Amino acid sequence: MRDTLRFWLGDEYIVLHDVPPTMTALDWLREKGGRTGTKEGCNEGDCGACTIIVVRRNTTANDDEDLTWQAVNACIQFLPMLDGAQVYTVEDLRDPSGALHPVQTAMVEQHGSQCGFCTPGFIMSMVVFRKRAETKNGPVTDTDIDDALAGNLCRCTGYAPIIRAMRHALAAGPDRFDAETAKISERLATMETGEGVVIATDAGRLTIPASADELAATMQTDPAARIVAGATDVGLWVTKFGRILPHVVFIGQIPELRRIEATAQGVTIGAAVTWSEAEAPLCAIQPEMRDTFRRVAARPVRNSATLCGNIANGSPIGDGPPLLIAAGAELILRRGVQRRRIPLEAFFINYGVQDRTPDEFVEAVFMPVPEEGVLFRGYKISKRFDQDISAVMAGFSLTLRDGHIHTACLAFGGMAAIPKRAATAEAALVGRPWNEAALAAARDAVSQDFTPLSDLRASSWYRQEVARNLLTRFYAETAGQTPVRVSVRTHRAETAHV
Amino acid sequence: MSDPGDAFDLGAGMAGPSTEVIDGTKAETKALDARSVSQRISLKPVRGGASQSLRHESGILHVSGAATYIDDLPEPKGLLHLAPGLSTRAHARILSIDLGAVRAASGVVLVLTTKDIPGHNDVSPVGKHDEPLLAEDIVSYHGQMIFAVVAETRAQARAAVRLAKIGYEDLPAILDVAQARAAGSEVVWRSLTMSRGDAESALRKAPRRVSGSLSVGGQEHFYLEGQAAMAMPGENREMCVWSSTQHPTETQLMIAHVLDCPSALVTVEVRRMGGGFGGKETQANGPACLAALAASITGRATKLRLDRDDDMTITGKRHDFVIDYNVGFDDEGRIHAVDMVLAARCGWSADLSGPVTDRALFHADNAYYYPDVRLRSEPLKTNTQSNTAYRGFGGPQGIVGAERLIEEIAYATGFDPLDVRLCNTYETGTDRDLTPYHMNVEDSIAADIMKALAEDCGYRKRREDIRVFNTKSRFIKRGIALTPVKFGIAFTATHYNQAGALVHVYTDGSVQVNHGGCEMGQGLHTKMVQVVMREFALEADRVRITATNTGKVPNTSATAASSGADLNGMAVLDAVIKIKTRLVTFAAEHWSVPEDHIAFTPEGVQAGETLIPFSDLIKAAYFARISLSSNGFYKTPKIHWNPDTGRGRPFLYFAYGAACSEVAVDTLTGEMCIERVDILHDAGQSLNPAIDIGQIEGAFVQGAGWLTTEELVWDSAGRLRTHAPSTYKIPGCSDRPRIFNVRLLDNAPNQEETIFRSKAVGEPPFVHGLSVLHAISDAIASLDDYRSCPRLDAPATPETILRCAEHLRSIAADRVATGTT
Repeated sequence: MRDTLRFWLGDEYIVLHDVPPTMTALDWLREKGGRTGTKEGCNEGDCGACTIIVVRRNTTANDDEDLTWQAVNACIQFLPMLDGAQVYTVEDLRDPSGALHPVQTAMVEQHGSQCGFCTPGFIMSMVVFRKRAETKNGPVTDTDIDDALAGNLCRCTGYAPIIRAMRHALAAGPDRFDAETAKISERLATMETGEGVVIATDAGRLTIPASADELAATMQTDPAARIVAGATDVGLWVTKFGRILPHVVFIGQIPELRRIEATAQGVTIGAAVTWSEAEAPLCAIQPEMRDTFRRVAARPVRNSATLCGNIANGSPIGDGPPLLIAAGAELILRRGVQRRRIPLEAFFINYGVQDRTPDEFVEAVFMPVPEEGVLFRGYKISKRFDQDISAVMAGFSLTLRDGHIHTACLAFGGMAAIPKRAATAEAALVGRPWNEAALAAARDAVSQDFTPLSDLRASSWYRQEVARNLLTRFYAETAGQTPVRVSVRTHRAETAHV
Repeated sequence: MSDPGDAFDLGAGMAGPSTEVIDGTKAETKALDARSVSQRISLKPVRGGASQSLRHESGILHVSGAATYIDDLPEPKGLLHLAPGLSTRAHARILSIDLGAVRAASGVVLVLTTKDIPGHNDVSPVGKHDEPLLAEDIVSYHGQMIFAVVAETRAQARAAVRLAKIGYEDLPAILDVAQARAAGSEVVWRSLTMSRGDAESALRKAPRRVSGSLSVGGQEHFYLEGQAAMAMPGENREMCVWSSTQHPTETQLMIAHVLDCPSALVTVEVRRMGGGFGGKETQANGPACLAALAASITGRATKLRLDRDDDMTITGKRHDFVIDYNVGFDDEGRIHAVDMVLAARCGWSADLSGPVTDRALFHADNAYYYPDVRLRSEPLKTNTQSNTAYRGFGGPQGIVGAERLIEEIAYATGFDPLDVRLCNTYETGTDRDLTPYHMNVEDSIAADIMKALAEDCGYRKRREDIRVFNTKSRFIKRGIALTPVKFGIAFTATHYNQAGALVHVYTDGSVQVNHGGCEMGQGLHTKMVQVVMREFALEADRVRITATNTGKVPNTSATAASSGADLNGMAVLDAVIKIKTRLVTFAAEHWSVPEDHIAFTPEGVQAGETLIPFSDLIKAAYFARISLSSNGFYKTPKIHWNPDTGRGRPFLYFAYGAACSEVAVDTLTGEMCIERVDILHDAGQSLNPAIDIGQIEGAFVQGAGWLTTEELVWDSAGRLRTHAPSTYKIPGCSDRPRIFNVRLLDNAPNQEETIFRSKAVGEPPFVHGLSVLHAISDAIASLDDYRSCPRLDAPATPETILRCAEHLRSIAADRVATGTT
């Protein structure tokens, strides 16, 4: 058991004692690390001014790269989450001769900075994107760039010159890191000693279990401990609500929980697998999820946030549950050495209440391979296209037998106190042919299924109306084969224009 | 390029892809020529000088993370941190304040309340004494600062704030325009009326009439760097404050006022802001005053950096308006008469609401001539944040009103809205060139710009194609709109139209330039460097701009009203020309040539046949005891304005432009996407085409955000529910137009004698976002076959769009039901 944190910050090996469990990476970088190039814009992971790069060895094996480079929001990363990582801030980008990184040069030359405050964050996202683009097949599209930069807000430029800079940077030569892969890999390997970490301070206690067994034991010893994977929700408890968490258990790097297991039956996603990592394996078996996955928060959040965390926190407006419920997902919970498996929808009992005992934790979620010919769609409706919380989230799936609807699952988020299926509408559909009459029946019925709230995101009227209209869209797209989206950002042919 | 210091090396000017390097000499005016001592020698301009593109003077620092903002400055020994405690009621009497637990909390050094203010508890920027720094007996909005905690760390200060116990007795709260009107709420400023002719009788006589009402939402600035200030006490009551402020002089005066000390003891400095947009014109004063107050009491440096949620909860925003209109017109679509009332939610104090609502009236005509007109403002007091300056300063809201009139007329007559626009624009030199405030429009080019843009972007053909598309597409509807802007340039408070500069030439020939304007990303400092470069024919690396500092240039105006380059550019030019004049006199004598044989060229200073390196000339001048430093001053000519009569010439000139937007709307959900935008904009003879194009692109997206996704929501208790980027949605990267063409108007030097005949560019292009609102409206109109004006309010969120679409669908259904086709 270690009682220190250690990571590489640029070319400096950092060892820290007495770290409070909820010290954020941003505060540490700015206040102790002297890295004031990393800015605080919102302190809640929504603006990207604090974006840093975290490099780890590739363990989820989505590609054959040795290292994964990820842009994350430092403001809602707790410092212990960086244990064992190679971290870079904007100050680390110049090459040893002092020359600017190609992304930095492009941003200067393309007038990509105006006030300059968001600039370091953009640069970090752009540096990572350039790395990932190297491994992409086919040309880089505007949509790819949008996806990479969706978590970075700029209020001055209107983004146009930043996109121009991104294009220029993609065409530029190698950066300093290209020659350092082996060195970084070795640094990371050296830190992988397989031991857990416990640090106790006056400000609280932190545990980094080395294994799922250790986690299970920790939770049995201290059921009040707070489990944190990506901290994209819990981070805000601390930065915005000033909550004090006496004992935080960090599970983000536990090897068993990092696992993605694909079988002929389906895909199992471990509790520490991020949205970014879960995207490919899940969309491989259900391609209709791709558009909605792309719109869950934004890249830096998806690089930290876990799919299981999105479920475990029980939010009625999480984007994952409606999709996964519609896909027939199951949740695997663990308590001590015991495991149980429940349909995902059964996990959500009431607002703030889930089917989980305090000493129990979500170990994984399983999504089955969809039945042949299933009609499936995921729809996300929010004020803004990217990086917004849904007003309404929907996951729909229909199976047909002999031209009639055999099973129907219409799962919604944002419509009730929990992610919930529209039972009346489902009943109205089953047994009918999938036609205009069935649609009309389902539209009428879905109004009886929910009495949604009015809040800052949308009124009750809007949520009801959209719930009905999404059924119309679903019908148009599955019965009529006509995509109904203005989100041309994911659908239309790419233009060459930037 | 090896260290952050190389920001001093601005490098050569590099034009962006859609810019061209312009020969700046063409724009040289006669007046400026007359002041130029080198007029007889043909000048080759220095690369990157004024009128050419040059990259941002801090670009390399920005991308390296080495550009310092307030929170990045080295922290003085013993620095304290401050966090404010806020009202949790919209309107209430404070019955008790229990700060015992706050004082006892870990790390707390001091808790500030009104009792700790030695001077005046008043930060009203307009002398109305209606804005206490800290609330006394009454809180007037949810989020008002009541006390402030000073602690050893920021985290300790923020934690301690939560321990306060404040007892309230609720008072009736007025939250919006409708409630204010219903309650007969007071106004925070006098209502302004502008009238010409007899609107009432002309409306009666007009062949056709439409009346209606619209609402247009407010807007959070969302500068990426929140409000921040750091105060350092000096000897003998001196106070130095680094503040993220657009108005250092006002911040200085407010601090002196609160501390009860002479202004001469207070120095305010700002190197750059991480965005301002008007949000740091007056709103920076509170944080700066609190930091200075804490520093003066504790004798220790103190910093206040607001958390984003606190920032958005405390500070004022763009005013939302309800505009009631009545327009008379004829069958040709020509406007006969306009009567409009523009009511604004001003918040709990006056702040700048007077001039903001005035400016809304100044722009309620946009580019159009109203033969008989009456415009009236209602600056209504409400128990919400005190709304303040925001890019456009009420102008865009007024223009929203004008464009709604056009739209009403277009649907009533069946004409293309563009044709209605074209037939109503001001016609300079005719009897149709007089504004509602009795200023002649001497430079109307709005119609020409609209026609040129329509031609460029294929507006007519695309409009036809879209109508065909819409007949075939059941749920997705497309729309297109082309809207103009005419924007008046000058502060309407005439005395603000002055500026100062201070230019030093050092004996090595390097130049330091200081001026009263502040850099917030708009490239003002770059342009000021370029003015010096152009006049002295020096490369960028020889000209250094410094932080804006009240000790260097005093009594400055806010960097606002798009005026930064106009005012300060002329002041810098004045200072440079004073030094140049001395140098020319000296050089003529020293090298025995006539003064008009001296010229400053990129190769050096030409004195007859002799070419002298600039630094050699300076050295020689120094030894000859020539002053190498000068201040500069400028005041805008011609302008005057009398609010009592509603007459005057408040503006030196107008900036023009037009934008054409095409959108796709999902009429099932109200989701929307901006497909294509073309903009043609008038920056006069641009001081820096690359920077100006950047301003236009950024302003467009910000303007489109205002009218679409950016929705401020207060609950019934007056709590702002959209107080962070998680809840308040400014445009993201993927919201930018898929196709985005921005062009500056060619060969369009300003008719007025502005700095190198340029035009102000900060605010006018913000209005281009309006083309998006009208394009959405055009798409929705298809649902009733373009027979009803959709009357789409802003912000056009998906919900607002869906409501509007449902409304039109029901009109269309009624039409079918009643057989009226």
